[in-house]
Amino acid sequence: MMEITEIEEEAALDNIKSGERIDDRDLKEFRDIEVVTGVAKKAEGSAKVVLGDTKVIVGVKFGLGEPFPDTPDEGMLMVNAELGPMASPDFESGPPGKDATELARVIDRGLRECEAIPLEELCIEEGEKVWKVMVDIHVLDHDGNLMDASALGAIKALKEAEMPGYEDGEVLRDEGEDFEVLKTPIACTIGKVDDKYIVDPGLVEEEVVDGMVTVTWTEEELCSLQKRGNGGFQKEELLEIFELAKEKSSELRKFI
Amino acid sequence: MSEDKELLKDGKRIDGRAKDELRDMEAEAGILKRADGSGYFRMGGTEVIASVFGPRELHPKHKQKPQRGIIQCRYNLAPFSVDDRKRPGPSRRGKEIGKVAEGALSSIVFLEEFPTATIDVYMEVISADAGTRCVALNAGAIALADAGIPMKGLISSCAAGKIEDTPVLDLKGEEDKDGQVDLPIAMNIETGEITLLQMDGMTDIDEMDEMLDLAIDGCKKVAEKQREALMETFGDKK
Repeated sequence: MMEITEIEEEAALDNIKSGERIDDRDLKEFRDIEVVTGVAKKAEGSAKVVLGDTKVIVGVKFGLGEPFPDTPDEGMLMVNAELGPMASPDFESGPPGKDATELARVIDRGLRECEAIPLEELCIEEGEKVWKVMVDIHVLDHDGNLMDASALGAIKALKEAEMPGYEDGEVLRDEGEDFEVLKTPIACTIGKVDDKYIVDPGLVEEEVVDGMVTVTWTEEELCSLQKRGNGGFQKEELLEIFELAKEKSSELRKFI
Repeated sequence: MSEDKELLKDGKRIDGRAKDELRDMEAEAGILKRADGSGYFRMGGTEVIASVFGPRELHPKHKQKPQRGIIQCRYNLAPFSVDDRKRPGPSRRGKEIGKVAEGALSSIVFLEEFPTATIDVYMEVISADAGTRCVALNAGAIALADAGIPMKGLISSCAAGKIEDTPVLDLKGEEDKDGQVDLPIAMNIETGEITLLQMDGMTDIDEMDEMLDLAIDGCKKVAEKQREALMETFGDKK
């Protein structure tokens, strides 16, 4: 946090209060977005998302494993996030901290709750062997709103993924077929300062907003919510935020 | 997600509650000696003990904020709090709940009075039957008040959810497991501000409206219970 000065924070806050942004965006405008696939050759699916100066790579790998005892006939979805030291002077090596854990779990729930991945079709032998779908989020450059960038990268990488073949306990990575993804959950984070809402909060803005809500919509349904930051929201504000996120998520959906 | 179990029958739930009814509650303040503040909260079969230490100096120093203090929360499931023993040690779920609990509690404390300091809130789930993060926050808020931390209000928490396509208040274990939506919130009762909001499951804005109303009413009832416990400790001496 030492990298952000008080002057920058004040500027970001004053800008939002007067309906502007420090990077000259409209309050409800995303930064420039670029999505590239096939960025990791060894991954079964991968995507790089550039959101302003935030850069994230998501890779999908398939593997074999023993199912969870309570879902013996379902494959497993695992989402992991690494906020490695290369992405920010504030990040340290070591096991995932609270921020990385929250990031991974919010994206996991977005995918899981709407059943984007048909896990029951990933069972090979009930109670014995199932496919594991492992989604790894690697943050390269943290300039704010890792949540939306990573969620977009995750669903894009899954949609691009080629599912390997299977024979006699072996994963055949040379044989691929398109991996089926049923829904397209899109995370959209809305920040609030007084009565103003902002879309796609940047690094400094994340520090100064009263609070944020990451809202995940499929095409029609709301499938996950996570309020972030220290402030609070009135109920009416939340309902407005859900609506705004639905509208703005359609802009992100175009990249899928 | 499976709906083979009957969770609603003639408008009643598996434990006989109405749709907008909380489980029975119990609250107590000042139950631990060494902590600066402590609290206990129970909702049905979910019980949490919380303790507060601080304000005290924050280590490592580079995490200190020159302008204000911070709140650090640890949420932990005791190994014996669940059906199959939980392996001790940090879990991904626990880390995330610690983080959202910090977000829920920070806005009610006058943190600007404690630059560079930390207030540590430890929440230990003794018995888990759904709603553990809500009960943990309820105990944590009592503990903060018991520690004499200057606060703008009280944080009270409970969850709403959806079972068999019906919005209901305060899910218990079976309802959470087989239900469709879980929506825990925490609220500053004085201002109506919602400081914790999580949701998973499939829903829409109208249903959210309905579930939020249920949860907000629930929080108000939780607040009464918390206040009772604090009055017992700090009210007119017996």
